[in-house]
Amino acid sequence: MITTEITPEDIIKKGKLVFQKTSFMNDCTLSYCPGCGHGVAHRLVMEVIDEMGIGEDTIGVAPVGCSVLAYEFMNIDMQQAAHGRAPAVATGIKRVMPEKYVFTYQGDGDLAAIGTAETIHACNRGENIVIIFVNNGIYGMTGGQMAPTTLAGMKSSTSPYGRVVETMGHPIKITEMVATLPGVAYATRQAVHEAKYVRKTKKAIRKAFENQRDNKGTSIVEIVSNCNSGWKMTPEESNKWLDENMLAYFPLGDIKK
Amino acid sequence: MEEVKLMKGNEAMAEAAIRAGADAYFGYPITPQSEVIEYLMLEEPHKRTGMQVLQAESEVAAINMVYGAAACGKRVMTSSSSPGISLKLEGISYMAGSELPCLIANVMRGGPGLGTIQPGQSDYFQAVKGGGHGDYRLIVLAPSTVQEMADFVDLGFELAFEYRNPVMILSDGAIGQMMEKISLPDQKERISNEEIIKRYNSWATTGKPETRERNIITSLDLKPERQEKHNIHLQNKYQRIEDNEVRYETIQCEDADYILVAFGSSARISQKVVQLGREKGLKIGLIRPITLWPFPTEIISKYAEKVKGFLSVEMNAGQMVEDVRLAVNGKAPVEHYGKMGGMIATPSEVLSALEDKLISNH
Repeated sequence: MITTEITPEDIIKKGKLVFQKTSFMNDCTLSYCPGCGHGVAHRLVMEVIDEMGIGEDTIGVAPVGCSVLAYEFMNIDMQQAAHGRAPAVATGIKRVMPEKYVFTYQGDGDLAAIGTAETIHACNRGENIVIIFVNNGIYGMTGGQMAPTTLAGMKSSTSPYGRVVETMGHPIKITEMVATLPGVAYATRQAVHEAKYVRKTKKAIRKAFENQRDNKGTSIVEIVSNCNSGWKMTPEESNKWLDENMLAYFPLGDIKK
Repeated sequence: MEEVKLMKGNEAMAEAAIRAGADAYFGYPITPQSEVIEYLMLEEPHKRTGMQVLQAESEVAAINMVYGAAACGKRVMTSSSSPGISLKLEGISYMAGSELPCLIANVMRGGPGLGTIQPGQSDYFQAVKGGGHGDYRLIVLAPSTVQEMADFVDLGFELAFEYRNPVMILSDGAIGQMMEKISLPDQKERISNEEIIKRYNSWATTGKPETRERNIITSLDLKPERQEKHNIHLQNKYQRIEDNEVRYETIQCEDADYILVAFGSSARISQKVVQLGREKGLKIGLIRPITLWPFPTEIISKYAEKVKGFLSVEMNAGQMVEDVRLAVNGKAPVEHYGKMGGMIATPSEVLSALEDKLISNH
């Protein structure tokens, strides 16, 4: 039997390399469920930071929620904020380090429920930061409870018979809300469940960071994503459901540019 | 040259923050401490030193702005009054857990709830026993003069950075609002970004160069074994603070039969009580804790061997008296006298209380 040691270089021959993970994503297992969109969203943010060459000058803020451990995965200086407070934390950083790039990475419970005040007022002050807002219509980390963005009729562990808007309120379109504020330079809604959307989302994130470079004010990039575990679907089913239901209520595209 | 001015306690604290080389102040208006942010906005310290001042949308946002800026190794301050401090406790707990240095001033008013806008000392427990969730401690400084309102700002920053821990100035509406002559501290230069990187390279999030691992500011660790280790590390740090940072003042304790224990405004009143009592032939002394945590246990314990009793004088229903009792440990009677709801005791009321509670009954 002949044994030879095979190195990655033997498999990935020069010229054949079509994709490489950015070094700004750490070599570790992500804590997200298989099929979840967070991993792609993380990668896009870090690719943009890599491509803009701003890794040494970027400070990220992780939220409370599924992406609470984002600081474990992103190879830059990061802070973990209390639930909903990431835009206030980012404000503090940016005010004392205006030459740095500052972004928050938040879910819908964090940004659109408990952190609504911090979100609106950071945007209203036109804080020169980037907000990455991943909206999957549910509280994933705590086990699938109703979020401010849960669709009408959608089941969750705290709306087991479906969200009744008369008593539980309507799903909130916070990106549209903050787009009305003069401090917001750019508000857009994107997705990552298909390759064509992934490419657009990356462009949006790039634009958001370029806005910060050009001192334009707040940029918010909402990414409508799935939560196959919380929605109790297979990843494939969840992407289809997202396409048919989430995007009907949360339409993709620029809201303010 | 010494610069002497007549200033309000709140204004003295604000001016002292500029002079201490603070990098930022984040606040939200609340009586009786709104002069702090008003003074700073009027003074435009960004023109004097580059210090940033921002009025936040809430106390919650303000303390989280402090968190973000402090995590970059900057000297950052916030101030509020009792109900506002309750709102800040979440952030304070996070900062204690993440070991972030910062300065928080509480210009106390009477409570509970919205309470009153008049002075109180009923946030003693909140300040010295933690207040927010989790096992943590704040270093708590209690000024009793406008001079100390100013002096404790720089001291507070120094202690905060020495121990990587939040420090609280626990004042009250009387000291915040009163005007006194003070000698202003000299202007300190703000610490440059280069110097911050040099000093706090092991933790501050200043942007990750290739030469070091990333710095992460977090209070989270889902592994109980590691979280326990972190807690033990915090407790060891608190022990070091207890060993090294106790501050107090004793007034006429040497020959005293009775000792008053009082801080802040109550200490000012108690100083008069010492005088009134001695005029009547009562040998009264005063121990004034300057650090409420760490508490001056040892000196109280020492005097417990020789005096006939202690009276803890506070503007509350009896909070610090518990720490006095622990220090005395049964060696002498310990009583409490307090006014609540924004009422301030007169020296003669305190003296009568001392006579009633400690002299006629024993």
